[in-house]
Amino acid sequence: MLELKGITKKFGGKTILDNINLTVTDGKILTIVGPSGAGKTTLLRCISGLASVDSGQFLLDGKAFDPASNRDNDAVIGVVFQDYQLFPNLTVRQNVTLAPTMVLKQSAKDANEEAERLLKQLDLGDKADLFPYELSGGQKQRVAIVRALAMHPKLLCYDEPTSALDPDLRREVQQIIVKLRDEGITQIVVTHDIPFAEAIADQMLRVEPKN
Amino acid sequence: MHYVSQILPSLISGTGMTLSIFFWTIIIAIPLGILVGLGMTTKFKPLTWLINIYVWLMRGTPLLLQLIFVFYGLPIIGVVFQRYDAALFAFILNYTAYFAEIFRGGLQAIPEGQYESARVLRLTKWQTLRKIVIPQVVKIVLPSIGNEVINLVKDSSLVYVIGLGDLLRAGNVAMARDVTLVPMLLVGVIYLLLTAVCTVVLKRMEKHYSFWR
Repeated sequence: MLELKGITKKFGGKTILDNINLTVTDGKILTIVGPSGAGKTTLLRCISGLASVDSGQFLLDGKAFDPASNRDNDAVIGVVFQDYQLFPNLTVRQNVTLAPTMVLKQSAKDANEEAERLLKQLDLGDKADLFPYELSGGQKQRVAIVRALAMHPKLLCYDEPTSALDPDLRREVQQIIVKLRDEGITQIVVTHDIPFAEAIADQMLRVEPKN
Repeated sequence: MHYVSQILPSLISGTGMTLSIFFWTIIIAIPLGILVGLGMTTKFKPLTWLINIYVWLMRGTPLLLQLIFVFYGLPIIGVVFQRYDAALFAFILNYTAYFAEIFRGGLQAIPEGQYESARVLRLTKWQTLRKIVIPQVVKIVLPSIGNEVINLVKDSSLVYVIGLGDLLRAGNVAMARDVTLVPMLLVGVIYLLLTAVCTVVLKRMEKHYSFWR
């Protein structure tokens, strides 16, 4: 369970996030919605440790933790970026196994087996040896999800997962997110797509721009 | 034909000097260029400031002048180089600056998202550099590096100014002695052969990296 207490973030003199409190329940989907500029992505960046906060506290399973320095413990938060950010110089399989072998010190064999299993699960079984440029947008996104899952995150975050997808693919990513929830994976989804958010959300947080 | 075979040995020995300057400069200046290029992208201001001055000096003055300063100037402050070492030192200093600028450009072409993506996967800085950044940078910079490599083949002829016997100088000596342009024609052909080999090798390398986009 992830709790945020009084999270505040400022850029220059401008307050982007003002005293955000929220609890993400294990195995549930939290959606964060709001118009552009409301700080949704900033909140996600704070949770995933890519941005620091000015005040407030994060608690993971009741224990305080600092996402920005979570390198060495196992409080892992996985992120699926809006533009996926796959590594173009690596094959799909290498994209997935790079961190498990280098960070979690899994053997190449174990990492490959798990990659194989996850890729099959997301319908990418025959794509393992392709490079990212050879994939469609939806496939790239699924590879990004697999890459994050391979690190066994306690929490998986998505930044605008539907922004680059057509309606069919939107339904597809919706099914994937719901399926992962049914497998017990806790997820946070940032989106401005309200119908999508309502379709998947167990909990919903609305953020408004501050003036 | 007889004349050609007469002067060829001296031209070939000159080519040896040209190649020696060429290879040692490449072998040392490229890795140094990567390091200095990395230094230029750090947030540690005094370092980037220092590197910028160095690059400005190296790119802002003729290589010929730098050769003269290293060989005739540095002894004034007690640093004495042999002719060959002086030439190599000047070439490495000069080419490192150019390579550094090329690598800086390549490094800055990697989107911030790649670093963030690596960071949330908890890869260390070094792992990110080695597995993700450097391979992409190499692909980006290869054409520009190729340009510099070919320039270097020809720039090596500047070593004549501190009295080293390279290919061009060997041709020059033969031309002055025998009052004919034939040695210089041969010199031109040898330079063309050298750059042709470089071109082929560089094209191969670019092809090698074309398996991903």
